Amino acid sequence: MKRAARKMRLLPKALAAFSGSGSHLPDPGSHALRGNPLVPALCVVSSDAERRGRCVPTRSMGMRGSTCFLLFSLLFASTPAVASISEVIDQTQPKMVKIYGAGGFRGMEAYQSGVLVSPNGDVLTAFSHVLDTDYITVVSADGRKFEAKLVGADPRLEVAVLKIDAAGLPFFNLEKAVDAEAGTRVLAFSNLFDVAIGSEPFSVQKGTVSVVSRLEARRGVFKTPYRGPVYVLDMTTNNPGAAGGALVTSRGDLAGILGKELRNALNNTWLNYAVPIEEIRRSVEEIQAGKFVAQRDSDDAKPRRSLDPASLGIVLIPDVLERTPPYVDHVRPGSPAEVLGVRPDDLIVLSGDRLIQSCKALAADLEYVDYEDEVRLTVLRGSELLEFTLKSDGERDTLKKRTP
Amino acid sequence: MKYAILMLSVALLSVAHGWAMPEQAVLDAEARRIAVMDEAKDSVLAIFPANGQGGGSGVVISPDGYALSNFHVVLPCGKAMQCGMADGKVYDAVVVGIDPTGDVALIKLFGRDDFPHAELADSDRVRVGDRVFAMGNPFLLATDFQPTVTYGIISGSHRYQFPAGTLLEYADCLQTDASINPGNSGGPLFDAEGRLIGINGRASFEKRGRVNVGAAYAISINQIKNFLGVLRSGRIVDHATLGARVGSDADGRAAVTEILETSDAYRRGLRYDDEIISFGGRPIATPNELKNVLGILPKGWRVPLRFRRDGRRYNILVRLTGVHGEKELLEKMGRRRRPTAPMPLPKPGEKPKKPSPGKDANPSAKSQRPPTIPIPEIVKKHFSEKRGYANHYFNTLNQQRVWNAWKAQSNLDGAWTLVGPLKSGGEFQFQVTDAGASLKLPAIEHHWTVGDELGDSLLPADSGGLLPALYLGRRLAVEGLGRFGDVYYYGTAPLVGHEGLVDVLVGSHRGVDCRFYFDPREGHLLAMEMFPDEELDPCEVYFSDFHGADGGFLPSRMEVRHGDELFAVFPIREFRGKKKGGNAP
Repeated sequence: MKRAARKMRLLPKALAAFSGSGSHLPDPGSHALRGNPLVPALCVVSSDAERRGRCVPTRSMGMRGSTCFLLFSLLFASTPAVASISEVIDQTQPKMVKIYGAGGFRGMEAYQSGVLVSPNGDVLTAFSHVLDTDYITVVSADGRKFEAKLVGADPRLEVAVLKIDAAGLPFFNLEKAVDAEAGTRVLAFSNLFDVAIGSEPFSVQKGTVSVVSRLEARRGVFKTPYRGPVYVLDMTTNNPGAAGGALVTSRGDLAGILGKELRNALNNTWLNYAVPIEEIRRSVEEIQAGKFVAQRDSDDAKPRRSLDPASLGIVLIPDVLERTPPYVDHVRPGSPAEVLGVRPDDLIVLSGDRLIQSCKALAADLEYVDYEDEVRLTVLRGSELLEFTLKSDGERDTLKKRTP
Repeated sequence: MKYAILMLSVALLSVAHGWAMPEQAVLDAEARRIAVMDEAKDSVLAIFPANGQGGGSGVVISPDGYALSNFHVVLPCGKAMQCGMADGKVYDAVVVGIDPTGDVALIKLFGRDDFPHAELADSDRVRVGDRVFAMGNPFLLATDFQPTVTYGIISGSHRYQFPAGTLLEYADCLQTDASINPGNSGGPLFDAEGRLIGINGRASFEKRGRVNVGAAYAISINQIKNFLGVLRSGRIVDHATLGARVGSDADGRAAVTEILETSDAYRRGLRYDDEIISFGGRPIATPNELKNVLGILPKGWRVPLRFRRDGRRYNILVRLTGVHGEKELLEKMGRRRRPTAPMPLPKPGEKPKKPSPGKDANPSAKSQRPPTIPIPEIVKKHFSEKRGYANHYFNTLNQQRVWNAWKAQSNLDGAWTLVGPLKSGGEFQFQVTDAGASLKLPAIEHHWTVGDELGDSLLPADSGGLLPALYLGRRLAVEGLGRFGDVYYYGTAPLVGHEGLVDVLVGSHRGVDCRFYFDPREGHLLAMEMFPDEELDPCEVYFSDFHGADGGFLPSRMEVRHGDELFAVFPIREFRGKKKGGNAP
């Protein structure tokens, strides 16, 4: 009891420290005031107790009172020490990585951010043009450089998982990620503008979740395939290089991943948002487990006669680069592709569940599909992802259409 | 039972107490924050050129009106500017010194001797996550000169930002998510206690137009502390270079990848592939860290450097040369485009023709701005033009201050005689006159007379030229600033064996440069260095153990060093410099 009383006395001090000055301050809105499930409980109970405080002598030891009191003691005993901003920052920095890959000119920067999500070097990041190369470099917080491999990506959620050959690095456990809500105080960590190099620490920004809202991807307004809920933030987090950065609560729990830059074409405003971990966790776990966009087993037998883009009626742009993006150049009139509505300039992103990143990759993938079987292609058209289930017209078989 | 009831009531009361307290504590903290900001705002400046076109921010740092801003804010103002303060008044100000590379300008306000001023903090103690607030005049909104406050945290420290164009390198700077917008340039970044930690000057701008995107940079106040002394000299000051390039080697160490053989670092023994361990007192692990330290040092300082070679550590002191040649810096300044950061006001990306938001917000702003006015008399009195200087007036002022302080406490107008005992027995005797200098030892005498070239005979051997050095020291005392040769006030610099920074005069006489180091409080001549050639090590003469004597305060110890070697220590029993009806004026 004495201990509980001492904690009470300390409380005002701790809260005073919250609100403004001094160098190692916890966030004023951190869990003790808001967002922590413990606190509303404390507030309700204590106001209740305040009323009852006057009648304690007459009511003597009511059961409710003693339960109440026990509850307090438990609450305080179990409340973990409040982490200060600088502690949260110190804990989060080593879980961050800098990612360098393709790009390198204005609007297509060759860098972005990522977070470690396993002790074995799994890196969660945004799926973007930066990863569109065989040479992805990941720099850990201590400045070590790693060659990274793209394990897989979910273009619909715009997330990707990279693997680096490292062990024992601090990481965020996605199982322990938390949900944020409007009003949650958050910190954003990223390497915006590539300000930090090598072991230099990530930039930290402080703000609040303004609203949790679906990303209304009205056509032509925000160009993004992701339409799920996002944390809209009241700080300018979505800058070049910030995609894949971490959004953590004032307790240091991971809540989201900073999204790619999004501009509203109508009013030229930019959206600052993060994708909730909850929305991407399953996909990420599947990628990690090798289930999602799985690589083909090498002992998969190739059919004697396989599909190729041409037999579907699709002519891709000339394959002139190491990794030519598989854009549809034109569609053969009367072909299954034309009938179903594949159009020139569509970008093929998935064959079945497999990520397709080049013309060669598509051709190679189709080699495993028997020419009599159907194949499900997902294409990116503007900001939309469309699915087409195609079958070779060699035999002029019936065609099926699946609506996206 | 009673005990239980008692404890319960105590517990409940404490809870009730605890319930009420947090709010009060939060309110108190809020009130404190408001009070801190209210006090801080008094030192903040809204800076306008005399013609009222454009402007920026600044902050006063001394009661007599010295204030800091950005070079890019002050440049369009020319020599004179007008500064609005939170008291609603406008003060005339003159440019004092500028640092184009570091984007810092020192100006001086007139009209008060009790200006509210900001306290300078130690910006190396700032931590990421610390709460900070910026004050200034973004978008030139403050027509009543009440500064705008923006609040945020330190997002990063010890950041290195590559030079924008050819100048404006931000080394070792602070990064904040407090909004810094055009017009904030030159304004203060305060810590939560209202102490000055930096000067806001730069932000990452991208395709969103010239408005804040959550990443802005402030020049650390510790960098400015290094430069404050040199800025007071009225010069256009330059940053330092080591004369060596450092890259990260395969093991990630910061190793020398290139070194100039004419550099002081090379003469002190630094070689290719040596690993830099520390520099200027700070540990170095990456090339960026070295750039950060180098970027906050003025040209001409001498700084300790520690390096490792084959497992052995070496400590050296390195003289830093300038990043730019003198001409180069002036040319680059001239070539610079019209400054972009404070003005023009940003325009919405897709509607460049639209009137700027600042004008929208306050349509009367333009008419309230000071109209074009002639240079005020007070500014004219405190300004003189000279190539290489922002304002030569302040150089003259400081030359006289330093020289007068020296002369006030020592009488060295006549021939100099320095006598003292030698360890080996016998005595030494120096004689320094208008004709030359001599050193008499028991076994040998050195005579040096003023020839055509001062740097020709550097007697005694291995001293680097002690006799000509003493001759030049006496010449400064006797002939004074005007007749010594070309003299200027360098500013302040560190001196070996002396805490803090000391005043430095640089004199040039017949092709020989001499640096004179003076105690800023006592006025003593602490040391002098004579450079017979800029690519040769100087003769260093250190004076210490000052005592009251017939001729004022004079040193009783003289140490002479050259290169890496100690040449000799002379314990001076008698230092006669008193005029005996000699020919010196």
